[in-house]
Amino acid sequence: MTPLIELRAVTRSYGKGEAEVRALDGVDLAIRAGEFVAIMGPSGSGKSTAMNIIGCLDRPSSGKFLFKGAELQALDNDQRALIRRNYLGFVFQGFNLLPRTTALENVELPLIYKGIPPARRLPVARSALAKVGLQGREGHDPAQLSGGQQQRVAIARALAGNPSVILADEPTGNLDSHRGHEIMQLLQALNRDEGITIVMVTHEEDIAAYANRLIVFTDGLITRDTGAKAAA
Amino acid sequence: MLWETVRLAARAIIRNKLRSFLTVLGVVIGVAAVIAMVTVGQGSSAQVSANVASLGTNVLVLRPGRQTMGPGPREDAAQFTLKDAEALSNLSVAAAVAPTTTTAATVVFGSANQSTQVTGSTSDYLAASNWQLAKGRNFSEAEERGGAPVCILGQTVRKSLFGAGDPVGQSIRVKSVSCTVIGLFAAKGAGSFGQDQDDIVLMPIRTVQKRIEGKDDVERITVSLKKSVTAERGTRDIQNLMRDRRRIGIGKDDDFSVTNMAEIASMLTSINSVLTGLLSSVAAVSLLVGGIGIMNIMLVSVTERTREIGIRLAVGATSVQVLTQFLVEAVVLSVLGGVIGIAVGLGLAFGASRFMAIPFAPEVWVIALAFCFSACIGVVFGFFPARRAAKLDPIDALRHQ
Repeated sequence: MTPLIELRAVTRSYGKGEAEVRALDGVDLAIRAGEFVAIMGPSGSGKSTAMNIIGCLDRPSSGKFLFKGAELQALDNDQRALIRRNYLGFVFQGFNLLPRTTALENVELPLIYKGIPPARRLPVARSALAKVGLQGREGHDPAQLSGGQQQRVAIARALAGNPSVILADEPTGNLDSHRGHEIMQLLQALNRDEGITIVMVTHEEDIAAYANRLIVFTDGLITRDTGAKAAA
Repeated sequence: MLWETVRLAARAIIRNKLRSFLTVLGVVIGVAAVIAMVTVGQGSSAQVSANVASLGTNVLVLRPGRQTMGPGPREDAAQFTLKDAEALSNLSVAAAVAPTTTTAATVVFGSANQSTQVTGSTSDYLAASNWQLAKGRNFSEAEERGGAPVCILGQTVRKSLFGAGDPVGQSIRVKSVSCTVIGLFAAKGAGSFGQDQDDIVLMPIRTVQKRIEGKDDVERITVSLKKSVTAERGTRDIQNLMRDRRRIGIGKDDDFSVTNMAEIASMLTSINSVLTGLLSSVAAVSLLVGGIGIMNIMLVSVTERTREIGIRLAVGATSVQVLTQFLVEAVVLSVLGGVIGIAVGLGLAFGASRFMAIPFAPEVWVIALAFCFSACIGVVFGFFPARRAAKLDPIDALRHQ
């Protein structure tokens, strides 16, 4: 079976000559559809760079990046924007909601860029908010919501685009441990019930424990990979 | 998709009302200035045309001394006399001839007084200078010949002496002469130079000469021509007669001038349009500055909203979509400024027209032009900031604090 996401001998370096920094130093990685992967590692280990490449926000300096078997390493900015729009959903540590914009409008955003007319996108956005348990809060501004609720809106926004993969970059980093576990239970449920592949970066062992597979980065290389547990 | 973008832009503008207002202020002022200048200019042109009509187009004014324009001393030349006026009225081209002399004097009624222009002339003055009587009557021939102490008041003088009351039949004092009011002029309004034409007391010319000025000068003679006579022919006939009467040899210059009021009016109109053009171009420069203001704020806005742009890129906006959003935002802002500016400009022009007592003459093409121009400003000055937003790298943009 073709992996959903595949990195082959991927390197990513910044700067030139003496000052060159290798963030990724030849990484091979395959993630199959339906997996829940946690990526850990110290700062500067290359985990964020790997996430950016998987999230089509960045390009490898060399090596191949395959998504659903198609090579994407050579795509230009706008082509990568189309991949993000159609297959990927993002959840960030800092929530990254548009300020002074209601929850519903935030969730609508990816649908607007997909060109879906208001009549069809409103029910999609509403049901995404309902899935994360925020029905009745559609008209609230981010400022009127708690951190946990803001992160739920962000997850609903990622869900609205009907993605194959949700990329979560320290999704619980700005939350207290209680809210953090609630968010993790939500992501776990989405992975289990909706079959959405989740790739998550985290610093915390107990958060990583929600995943089915743990990958550890050190100095631009994968130093530990628990491998896929039997698919549920 | 474009409608969607306009809605997004409108939302972004509403989200930050104060900044949006400050952004469009420059365009508002620029557009308002252009609209106000052009509209007031058109109005005053219309007013000049109306003045020409109120003078009567076929009116010539004779003055002693050579033709000069504007201020400055006139050279010494023999004054006209009432005999000259009589001779002119015998010309076949003349319909009405009004020899005129003016002097400043204080008029008094009871405890009220007013400094005004006392004009001495004949009953033909009304026809030659296009005055209407609101009340009372013109001078009789006997009053003219005998220099009787009678007068006709303009509305301004009437107002300061009698308020709303009826002056006809009352006795007022002009300098030291007691004088009966026999008539009241209808209001004429401001003249071509903004002077108050209604500030006038008209008396028979002999009364002014003998009892007030104490000399026999006639300052000017106004001749209104018959309808069928052209200004050229009237001027020629009058010049021939006057050269004859003043014994000016062949080859010598006239020592008097004949001014065609229609010429003065057309000169005023062209001065007016040059001034309007000049002021409008100054206003147009302020419109340009307004455009630069929009660019300035849009650039700041792009920096300030870097994170927002990052979010939009992450959820799948293409660079063209981000570019369009910021460009549309700039255009919506500048068009908004244009519309407010048009409203403010028309309001100012209306107020100014009322104040200057000229017609309010808004022009559709000026409004349309101002609208299109403000939209163009949005495109031109919005493009650079929009391109900067579209070129942002999503990773850097998301990391931006």
